[in-house]
Amino acid sequence: MSVLSKCREALLCLRAGRVTLPYPAQPRPTPPRFRGRPIFNAAKCIGCAGCANNCPAREILVVDLCQEIRVIQYLGRRCTFCGRCAEVCPEKAITMSRDFETATPQIRDLRQRLDLFMSTCQRCGRCFQAPSPLEQLKLKGYRFDDVEHERWIFRSKAFLDSDATVDDIPIELD
Amino acid sequence: MLKNLCQKMFGRSLWVYHANSGGCNGCDIEVLNVLTPYYDAERFGIRLVGSPRHADVMLCQGPALRATSPALRRAYDAMPAPKLVFAIGSCACGGGIWYDTYAVLGPVEMVVPVNFYIPGCPPRPEAILYGVAVAVGLVDRKVAPVQFKQVEFPIPQYHPADLRGDGELVVYEKAERV
Repeated sequence: MSVLSKCREALLCLRAGRVTLPYPAQPRPTPPRFRGRPIFNAAKCIGCAGCANNCPAREILVVDLCQEIRVIQYLGRRCTFCGRCAEVCPEKAITMSRDFETATPQIRDLRQRLDLFMSTCQRCGRCFQAPSPLEQLKLKGYRFDDVEHERWIFRSKAFLDSDATVDDIPIELD
Repeated sequence: MLKNLCQKMFGRSLWVYHANSGGCNGCDIEVLNVLTPYYDAERFGIRLVGSPRHADVMLCQGPALRATSPALRRAYDAMPAPKLVFAIGSCACGGGIWYDTYAVLGPVEMVVPVNFYIPGCPPRPEAILYGVAVAVGLVDRKVAPVQFKQVEFPIPQYHPADLRGDGELVVYEKAERV
């Protein structure tokens, strides 16, 4: 009886097959909504520091090196990969990658550092987002009433497709 | 090469001791998941032992707390001399998101020297296996620090003097970036 039950158990174990995944030899795909390491795209970043203000772990540091250069540094030590920075980024410069193979003997390997060229506020002297070309023109002394540079005025092509909405509600007046 | 690989895989069988110094138990579940038949960590000779005196590797989870850090230090001192410490999870790597509260001292490297960091909250079982494989020497590490420096002003600056043309077609002559 005991030998029979052992044989049956052995058959069951043989039928179960092999479940061990060949992971380090072969790559393993992640689930579709998996959030891995955040990747910072410096070409899109405008340096608004919204990610640093919203990071629950306070892991994104913003330092103004001088009047023109702002440094955004992601240290990645205690990052919980919550995806909050990617959510609040107005320019979608941060994407949550599916990269989970981040084990490293040195913790500084996880660091990402962006040196951004910013403009300087004329009043307080701190960095702010670079002005648009129209604002740059104003900084150079251009004025809209300057007749010589009249073609720089942005003329609106929009038009009203109906008449003005005055008098469309009859109001009884005494 | 195969001999070298076998030597690396079987010659140094790592016995791990599992020390949680106050984490939320998420990393513990992932570490125990590594030991299941699906991610069979005993392929690499990894075996869970119950005492730090038998262990080669200490797996640290959770930050160094004010209450548990002396016990963590004693467990580290009790391990025999060639010893490794793996910090698993964002709490052990950097202190977790409650890194600045009164009970948390910080990452475990404030108490014991850490040899390998496996970030994640919690790290996947594959990430833990990958960290072990990096430590054993089976695979190479993939991450490196990234630095980006902007060298030129990103917005082109125009001047009215560079404007040519009339009417419909207007051409900026110098549109290069300044």
